[in-house]
Amino acid sequence: MSDPKLFQSEIENQWCPGCPNYGILTALRRALGALDLEPQNVCLVSGIGQAAKLPHYVRANVFNGLHGRAIPAAVGIAVANPTLSTIVTSGDGDLYGEGGNHFLHALRRNPDITVIVHNNQLYALTKGQASPTTPRGERTRLQFDGVEVDPAHMLATAVVHGCTFVARGFAGDIDDLASLIERAVSHRGLSILEVIQPCITWGRHSVEEVRELLEPAGEAHDTTDRAAAIDLALRAPARLVTGVLYELPARPTFAQSWRDRVGDGPLHACPPIDRAILEAEIDRLRVGAP
Amino acid sequence: MRDLSIFIVGAAGEGIQTIGDVVARCFLRHGYPAFVVNEFESRIRGGNSSMRIRIGDDPCNSPTETADVLLAVNQSALEHYQTTLREGGLLISSDENRAGVHVPFAEIAVEHAGAKLYRNAVAAGALCASVGLPSSVLEAVLAEAFTEKGDEIVRANVEAARAGFETARSRLGDEAPSEIPSRTRSYAFANAHETIPIAAAAAGCRFIAAYPMSPSTSIITAFAANPQLGVFAEQAEDEIAAINMCLGASAAGARAMTATSGGGFALMTEAVSLAGMIETPIVILIAQRPGPATGLPTRTAQEDLLFALHAGHGEFPRAILAPSDPQDAIDLTARAFDLADRYQIPVILLTDQYLADGRFSLESLTLPDPLPKPDPAAEVPDAYARYRLTEDGISPRLFLGQDDRLVVLDSDEHTEAGHITEDLVETRPAMVEKRLEKGRRLRLEMSGPASDGADDAELVLIGWGSTKGAIDEAVARLRSEGLSVGSLHFAEVWPLPDLDVREDARYWAIEGNATGQFAQILQTETGLPIEGRIGRYDGLPITADRIVEALS
Repeated sequence: MSDPKLFQSEIENQWCPGCPNYGILTALRRALGALDLEPQNVCLVSGIGQAAKLPHYVRANVFNGLHGRAIPAAVGIAVANPTLSTIVTSGDGDLYGEGGNHFLHALRRNPDITVIVHNNQLYALTKGQASPTTPRGERTRLQFDGVEVDPAHMLATAVVHGCTFVARGFAGDIDDLASLIERAVSHRGLSILEVIQPCITWGRHSVEEVRELLEPAGEAHDTTDRAAAIDLALRAPARLVTGVLYELPARPTFAQSWRDRVGDGPLHACPPIDRAILEAEIDRLRVGAP
Repeated sequence: MRDLSIFIVGAAGEGIQTIGDVVARCFLRHGYPAFVVNEFESRIRGGNSSMRIRIGDDPCNSPTETADVLLAVNQSALEHYQTTLREGGLLISSDENRAGVHVPFAEIAVEHAGAKLYRNAVAAGALCASVGLPSSVLEAVLAEAFTEKGDEIVRANVEAARAGFETARSRLGDEAPSEIPSRTRSYAFANAHETIPIAAAAAGCRFIAAYPMSPSTSIITAFAANPQLGVFAEQAEDEIAAINMCLGASAAGARAMTATSGGGFALMTEAVSLAGMIETPIVILIAQRPGPATGLPTRTAQEDLLFALHAGHGEFPRAILAPSDPQDAIDLTARAFDLADRYQIPVILLTDQYLADGRFSLESLTLPDPLPKPDPAAEVPDAYARYRLTEDGISPRLFLGQDDRLVVLDSDEHTEAGHITEDLVETRPAMVEKRLEKGRRLRLEMSGPASDGADDAELVLIGWGSTKGAIDEAVARLRSEGLSVGSLHFAEVWPLPDLDVREDARYWAIEGNATGQFAQILQTETGLPIEGRIGRYDGLPITADRIVEALS
């Protein structure tokens, strides 16, 4: 176990005072310590939004890229340097909305990364519009008569596509969340962890009201039961089931067969391709009298 | 032998590509350089398409408008392309009502090889007989081409070819050409999209992510098909994912490239800007085709230069390189990775369908020298800041997770340490200047155009990228007519170095677009006055014929 303080950043935090994001930040640092990681072994990847600022508040390597594009960047990082613990941390608008296509295809690829989705059910940085998870009927600062479309069920989608670690936590329960993050990061393959994080500025429900919607998956839930996991995931947004919804032994991860050939090290440390191989490729293009 | 243009025309799915490839290889095996371009419709079956082969004693990698020999494998193609046969040229077809060599391809195939399937071998045989290639060369090439399919297939193809050859020769009678003497010469026979992946691997590329799009798909396919190149290849869900994967890989230490065409590049533009902001190297290949929108997916154009130059919001430096042939493509691919690495910028390689599909014969192909492996770790202080302000704007670059010095990359405006800032007084202006300073330094090392007599010619033709072969040929032909003509050809099209502009010269720009995109840049950047323009925008490559006609 390393000291969570190793991950303490000196950067001024821009979140609203009292934001549940602070709970996620604390839980993440604690989990990284519990996993005995060093900052140099961790790469935090995010898109754009309030949640996506989190990497700046952790001492680690950081790739804070474009809105919606954290997952593809993380996939590239994980292929280039599999020795890093690559963790995506961004909001539901970023990962489920703008980046929804990448979320879907990450499920197919199964890269060895962890995706933490801060779900506040709205867009906070742009001041309170609906996100893909906002419940139908909810009035927002853009959907004035209430949201007229159904929320996306991305955790159920993850289970349907065979993601081998699907969980939900609550930013207000730091101990439980830290242990979920620890499990998610140590799981080999893609781990999806959605964290309910009520917005105290633009949200219409207080942290305590949202807490009332929580429902632990409980000891009795069989985390290898796909149908049960989908059933629990589909209870959102009325009931937000927390804990590990679905977990299976690791299946082959993205780029694994290629890595079996070239080894596990970072690509920047790999020796260059043998020049004779390249010369042979050029020679193959020569045609002429035999 | 004299310069010879052969057009093979037919429908998609009829195998004219195979005939063209076989006949081109026959010439090469016989010791003569072949140049092959194809033009085809965006469909799997039917329509009209052509393979255009040009042969000479020396490599002549430049397309023509008209054919000396037209081989039509079906009636529709014959009617569609008959005007491309020059006056006095030779037609080979199965239409007995036309002048020329009448060869009923399908019937001969059935009679001699047992199936209509072999009609292409019959046609290849007839073509060889009509141009003076010995049947033995064709038989050897067919044996090589079909050896993996088994002896029976080889035998049937050879029988069919021989029958086609004999039929054509007896039809030609006394007019049969004398046999072309064989030579013991060989040539590198390749298109630019075959050489670029090898050059990229030589330059240390280890990662490509791309979304299939004509005419760029052959780049990622080459990496996937040749794992010995050592490049990880991923077909992304879209172009946005492709370029963001590349930037992640590059930031973590893998030289990376992506390949697309104009429409796919449109999706990438936000990430081009990201590469500029996070100062992460990437090579982006745009294989141009005519637009707007879907345009003509399988045709060629030079329409995306201004788009490549202006793509991406905000202000940041970039380089744009446009090769003219497969060797130039090797050199510029290595150059692209080198510039991207040293200046920590996006570098765009502009090819087009003509370069992607057209096979050139070159005396040789040479690999680039290996690029130096960056080892910034040695010169970086322990108190690491990814965006440290330096005199030349270039900050020592470490990769994510390279050692215990942490790397922070941010698409927001950032401090030297890489964290979000809104310090408008000092940091923002300093970071803008830092990024732009890299572009100023980059400009100083860009290569000027290749000059062919441009110092004293009265008329100077200006071109860039894939038009070089056509312009070189046009210059030679115009000179032989007694005109004072030269050319300036640009491979490094952005940023442009200083140019010597002659006041006594007349400059004409030749481009594969309608609006003179390079001429616009040249006039803005260098003040070089463009007197006239020749543009081609019908989806076909510029030819010397067109240029000479326009200037005569």
